[in-house]
Amino acid sequence: MTDFVKTGNAVPVATAAIPVAEGAAFRRAVLSGIAEGSRLLFLAGLAQDAGRTRLLAALTDDGRGEIGLIATDVAGAYPALTPDCSAAHYFEREIHEQLGVHPEGHPWLKPVRFPPGGPTIGEADFFRVAGAEIHEVAVGPVHAGIIEPGHFRFSCHGERVLHLEISLGYQHRGIEAALRSGPDKRSVHLAETIAGDTSAGHASAYCQLVEALSGTACSPRALALRTIALELERVANHIGDLGALAGDVGFLPAAAYCGRLRGDVLNLTAQLCGSRLGRGWVRPGGVAHEPGAEVFRAVKEGLRAAERDMRNAVELLWKSSSVRGRFENAGVLSRQAAADLGIVGPPARASGIDRDCRRDFPGAAYAEARPQIAVGESGDVFARAFQRWQEIENSLAFLAPLLDEPGAGEPLTAVAALAPNHLALSLVEGWRGEIVHLGMTDGAGRIAQYKILDPSFRNWYGLGIAMRGQAISDFPMCNKSFNLSYCGHDL
Amino acid sequence: MFKALVARARQGYRTANYPAQDPALPALFRGRPVLDPLKCLDGCTRCVDICPTGALQVVATGPELDLGRCIFCGECAQICPGEAITLTRDWRLAATERTGLIVTGTHVAGVDALGRELRRLLGRSLRLRQISAGGCNGCEAEVNALGNVVFDSSRFGIEFVASPRHADGILVTGPLTANMKQATLTTYEAVGEPKLVIAAGACAISGGLFRGRPEQCDGIEDVLAVDLYVPGCPPHPYTILDGLLRLLGRIENRSV
Repeated sequence: MTDFVKTGNAVPVATAAIPVAEGAAFRRAVLSGIAEGSRLLFLAGLAQDAGRTRLLAALTDDGRGEIGLIATDVAGAYPALTPDCSAAHYFEREIHEQLGVHPEGHPWLKPVRFPPGGPTIGEADFFRVAGAEIHEVAVGPVHAGIIEPGHFRFSCHGERVLHLEISLGYQHRGIEAALRSGPDKRSVHLAETIAGDTSAGHASAYCQLVEALSGTACSPRALALRTIALELERVANHIGDLGALAGDVGFLPAAAYCGRLRGDVLNLTAQLCGSRLGRGWVRPGGVAHEPGAEVFRAVKEGLRAAERDMRNAVELLWKSSSVRGRFENAGVLSRQAAADLGIVGPPARASGIDRDCRRDFPGAAYAEARPQIAVGESGDVFARAFQRWQEIENSLAFLAPLLDEPGAGEPLTAVAALAPNHLALSLVEGWRGEIVHLGMTDGAGRIAQYKILDPSFRNWYGLGIAMRGQAISDFPMCNKSFNLSYCGHDL
Repeated sequence: MFKALVARARQGYRTANYPAQDPALPALFRGRPVLDPLKCLDGCTRCVDICPTGALQVVATGPELDLGRCIFCGECAQICPGEAITLTRDWRLAATERTGLIVTGTHVAGVDALGRELRRLLGRSLRLRQISAGGCNGCEAEVNALGNVVFDSSRFGIEFVASPRHADGILVTGPLTANMKQATLTTYEAVGEPKLVIAAGACAISGGLFRGRPEQCDGIEDVLAVDLYVPGCPPHPYTILDGLLRLLGRIENRSV
């Protein structure tokens, strides 16, 4: 990555220091970086004056914790990266939709979110599998359960799914636009609602970004509390998903126990901050609440009791051949496909990719210590389920000493004004995987550009690939093993 | 089978005894706000200025808080120099009238139960079709929690069903995104008469944090007549359950 300016997680860069290469040189630099083993972290289109667009590529060298940035200015069209870099496919669809720039040679520039002023949602072309015995199954946007909306279209031969199209955008609320011209009194609350089940994750990414751009250093205690918030969120969601997976294969005892245990962990979060989802806790400069030693003790006790019951409930799952029979070899996402698509989080690790921001780009208190990182192999539903359980075990083992000694210092440090004309990337390993926020300030230190990358943005396509060749009746279980966010994708 | 039975014994009986017993909510829980206009400092508008959703305004009689917009962040209570605003631990927030969500002083409007004829029609069952229309999965998660063994809404006959054809009404979350407007209306139309509409969460009631944005409709009120408002961001499962039980006349309304 010799042509790139080097930065890291939450390290501000002067906008002027980002090299703006000529189109062909940009393309060459990005593709050769990837050929040398770097990963496409982000490809963002940033609107400039006079209808021009600045393409900003961020590549990472996970082993070194380095991020390289390079840009190019385009007007109207440019040769797409996707034919040579699969991981760019969705970013280029987004750039096309948001800015009207045409990545030439992209296989199919389907809409991503159907924002106002564009095509009507639902009226889109879908990939069709032709043949007399092929039928299509269309599901959504309103699904059968209490689930966010999205449209799935399966092309099937009998029970077998040949192809799954996932068309989203129903939850589009314009969060990125709402965050522009901030920070203001709504910003951190908006960050908490990017994906409500990841309130601590996205709020941490937002706060880390603001702290980087303003040069604010949080106290060790604030960072430890933030880490506790992130790990509790991980445990609650993972155990809830294990219960939902059990429900999807009709194994109701584990479904009932895990559903309750998810609530128990949410209630512990509420003891620490007042909200089951961790709302109002993570704030720029630290955390809003200092619960006190007694609450930490109570939470530790509560977690110990919950862990006993989790172990009991989850062992039922692993020891039931009817459950194993459904989970094993279903919905396989190969290591190669996961790598090519840039899959992140538990689905990547379950496919054997050792990638985790808590180690590779440590924020919060992860630089000091972190949970053990589990990595699976088989990439099937079982691997993703077992991955969740291992992450629960590792997080609980990590949380106990942290709750004993959550560090020293004030919970909240005052945040100064943001540095003008700077850009920073903020990475947080949320429970679904790598969350990336990108913020760029204008000359007055206001947010001029704000980009959000929920792990779901990358992983939805992975679900589509994992469904190929599967029985359509296995879809709920495969879907739940990823459990991706609709609103985190739709923004 | 034997292992499952042993596990069942270990996991124990976990269903809460609600409404007979009040829930044990944590000390930091942020529930119903109470205002004391007498403590307001002259000309002070700090609470209004800090509120992220415009839920607060100061009128002639003192501060006025709209629970339909409030996200219960508690920042108004923290910044108030006179301690005129307190967020109590009262989880009972639902109301049948939009105006019932306006808090001045300690006023509590509450829920009027459905008429006798409608309650007779419903019997001991209420089936709802949930529609997420731009919800962040916060409200959805808490509505989902009603189905777990702790809240267990099905013991009151309250269940969430897959098809609008099986439903007595809809429960909407989210600010009603432009992209979900048609699907929401189609789902509502598919429910047989008579039908209920429940708006759960600040977004569905008023647009919440997204109010005024072009991608959404400021909640469902302009599109559908609402029978029950459940404030919160997200509402606690007890807040939702309490509202539903009062609507069904299973809990008597509180005296005002």
